Amino acid sequence: MRCIIVDDESSARAIVVELCKTIPNMEVVAEFPNALEALKFLKHTSVDLIFLDIHMPKLTGVDFIEMVTDPPKIVLTTSDKDFAIEAYGYEFIVDYLVKPITQERFQKCATKLENAFNKLPLEKVETNTGLNEDEDLYINIDRRLIKLKFRDIQIIEAQGDYIEIKTQKERYRVHSTLKKIKEKLPESRFLQIHRSFIINFTQIIDIQDNSVLIERNVIPISRSNRPELMQRLNLL
Amino acid sequence: MAETPNLDYIKEISGGNEEFEKKFLTIIQTEFPKEKNDYIEYLESENLEESAKIVHKIKHKLGILGLTNGYKLAVKFEEDLKYGDTKLKEEFHEILQSVEEFILKIA
Repeated sequence: MRCIIVDDESSARAIVVELCKTIPNMEVVAEFPNALEALKFLKHTSVDLIFLDIHMPKLTGVDFIEMVTDPPKIVLTTSDKDFAIEAYGYEFIVDYLVKPITQERFQKCATKLENAFNKLPLEKVETNTGLNEDEDLYINIDRRLIKLKFRDIQIIEAQGDYIEIKTQKERYRVHSTLKKIKEKLPESRFLQIHRSFIINFTQIIDIQDNSVLIERNVIPISRSNRPELMQRLNLL
Repeated sequence: MAETPNLDYIKEISGGNEEFEKKFLTIIQTEFPKEKNDYIEYLESENLEESAKIVHKIKHKLGILGLTNGYKLAVKFEEDLKYGDTKLKEEFHEILQSVEEFILKIA
């Protein structure tokens, strides 16, 4: 596992380097005192993992996450738990470590990483491209193509490298991303209301403050997505 | 009784690797005095936003040196500084002083 460390404090980087030595197959290929240098490096070198500090001057870890193209797995290292929780919604973020990082906590992180890299899917992968765009979507589970009618899909939730598609009767776990499935869904019915959720907004029961209710599920609405949702609704 | 800096955490991380311990202490000995000076300069010039950023960096070192209460105070002080409140200044300075003395002792 090839990794880089991005942190403006050399003491913090030194600790992560030392902790990485305790993980078999973990190779620290470079360290960077700022996010800009790391971005330049990633333009010509690919890595499997980034240990990323959130609180850095000029370009923060959150800025970095927004800017990096095709991000590898990321572990946040921070003193600000709140920042970390905010960023944790990104599907490529595997874990966050609050400084000072203990050896025990780092080992737990290593286990999470191992699971993230070697995940054996319970149900097999990938959304199918051959589908009827108007009415339904086929998902490939264990070499079986299952047809889901758009009108039956209620909620799609990002869960790491997977998405969970919830219908009235079933839940399907598929190896895909919200971005991929969003391209297959009709805009007339579906809307992303949070970085981890796409909803079938025709199935909304009610909207209260920053959440919507679909059947018995309360789904958060992010501030940036709220105006579009309100625009799509037939408001009196 | 006031807590005192210690090397327990560094020794735990190093697993007995003396080379790492030495390298790490050199980093602390280099970074801490500069951060302390920057912090005081920003505070004296009433640039509390920048002094909060330095406190953020220092608090990590307090955690590394086993100053659990010092770390908690730094968390609070960093937040206070962002709102222009310096009432924890004296307590924080005492912590800085104890770290400085510790660094000199282990040099």
